[in-house]
Amino acid sequence: MVERIDMRKLIVTAIMVLIGIAFLMPFFWMISASLKVEEDVLTFPIKWIPENWNAVENYKEVWTGSMPFLLLYWNSIKVTVLTTLVSCTVSCLAAYGFAKINFKGRNFIFLIVLATFMIPPQTLLVTQFLLYRWIGLYDTHTGLILLNSFSVFGTFMLRQFYLGISNEIIESARMDGAGHFRIFTSICLPLVRPAIATYAILRFIWTWNDFQNPLIFLRSKELYTIQLGVQSFSDQHGSVYSLMMAASVSAILPLLIIFIIGQKNVIEGIQLGGVKG
Amino acid sequence: MNSEVKVETKVVQTTKSIVRKKSKDRSPFSGWRENLAGYAFIGPMFIGTSILVLFPILASFVLSFTDWNFVAGYENAKFVGFENFTKLLTNALFIKGLLNNVLLILAVPITLLFSLTLAVIINKYVYLKDLFKVIYFMPFISSVVAVAVVFQVLFHPTKGPINQLLLKLGVDNPPGWIADVTFALPSVMLIMVWTGIGFNLIIYLAGLQNIPKELYEAAQMDGATAWSQFTKITVPLVSPTTFLLFVTGVISSFKVFDLIIVLTNGGPANSTITPVVYLYQQAFIELKTGYASAISLVMFVIILIITYIQFIGQKKWVNY
Repeated sequence: MVERIDMRKLIVTAIMVLIGIAFLMPFFWMISASLKVEEDVLTFPIKWIPENWNAVENYKEVWTGSMPFLLLYWNSIKVTVLTTLVSCTVSCLAAYGFAKINFKGRNFIFLIVLATFMIPPQTLLVTQFLLYRWIGLYDTHTGLILLNSFSVFGTFMLRQFYLGISNEIIESARMDGAGHFRIFTSICLPLVRPAIATYAILRFIWTWNDFQNPLIFLRSKELYTIQLGVQSFSDQHGSVYSLMMAASVSAILPLLIIFIIGQKNVIEGIQLGGVKG
Repeated sequence: MNSEVKVETKVVQTTKSIVRKKSKDRSPFSGWRENLAGYAFIGPMFIGTSILVLFPILASFVLSFTDWNFVAGYENAKFVGFENFTKLLTNALFIKGLLNNVLLILAVPITLLFSLTLAVIINKYVYLKDLFKVIYFMPFISSVVAVAVVFQVLFHPTKGPINQLLLKLGVDNPPGWIADVTFALPSVMLIMVWTGIGFNLIIYLAGLQNIPKELYEAAQMDGATAWSQFTKITVPLVSPTTFLLFVTGVISSFKVFDLIIVLTNGGPANSTITPVVYLYQQAFIELKTGYASAISLVMFVIILIITYIQFIGQKKWVNY
């Protein structure tokens, strides 16, 4: 399939690339500033390629200094990976139950679960906080993980996919004596794997970027996640911009890489959750 | 979290269809074993939601009628009737927060305008579509905290690159951005637009796929210009998407929290305070538990009303 190169299209593409670069300028500035010595950060006109490199020192201070990002990373990875795993498991199971098992009260329970989706999360913070203090989950990673683990979004999205699996396959498997768990693991899970991947990536991104829950439900510095770390780092080093930028780069970059690798899944997942229906 | 809100519309459509159907679909398998299997599968989800969502919402309803202060302990809490609500609705700071929030909503149509324009260009007139999707999506998936930290420096009133550039371009008195009472809120909106474009663009691109190509071909035969194709075909036919994105945008503007807390913390002089920020301050800094619960409930009602308007509006204004 050879397409003739359209001159007009090429020009528009070039202009759009320039606009795109302008759009991403804050990121370029952030990366460039994180590599400089402090005195050069705010010089104007901006020197995009640093004259005096200070990258190693800046990042060393961020990663091993008073607010060690090494520890924050470990905390964030732990919380994010576990949240994603638990949330995917819970949602997968529930989605199968709501889509393929004909139990008593199914529609009513599904309605209740859906209704909770309308509740803005911030209106729950106060009582969730009290509840956590009371049952001892306050200031623990377990508590933080549980908060994001029961996702109506995930359940709803995966249910749509289970509904797409024909009932005949499942019924004939049942005739052959397979139980629901067997059908779930060996027939349905392989079929909805792409949907699970999409949901997992979205959940990963949301949990990694979550600031509100760690802010309210964590107190001990050694439990801080990346987002909380960036904030308290910028409170401590509020005037040392090169360090603040190195911290920001450290918070943003891993996720950007995951996004670029899984971009098809992420973008499709967002579109799926968005239009059509 | 934006796209979670989006699902809301779909959720309600599903809700309606479930209510209508009344479980007429009979499966050959039913009975107690089927019930048990069902409860086992949905159990974790249902128990989790009950403890973390249903119970808290009921509890905050009760708490909002008390004057419970977190430090004083619940022995000292007493029932105060509607006092919290009357106090709240006459509180100058809360009213200011609501007004600020209404202003923040202005960022939504601006974002939509940019997003639709970019989506149309990317959809039809460029090579490397996927690259552009990735470019515009980057701010949306980036940590809001880190983005806010970066903009704090970019917006620096005297030394920041933005104002240095403005001075160079001959603007004598560049605005003080987040340090200035009048410009702090527009600064927040600017960042909201910047981070929001990617999401809206992606949804618009999906919406544009649903417009039949024949319409454009027919218009071209009749000699319609690109501009009139845009205004006569594209804009009306993506109106369901526009409407959905608008409502989503409005609802998520009530949830803007990270950005304001890190960027301005509600300041300067409360110029960027919003109901959510006010809620946070009252609940977790002033520790007024009962009062904060009342704020939660009022916000809950506001969002419910917006969601309700959405359903009415969907029928009336959207051009299918």
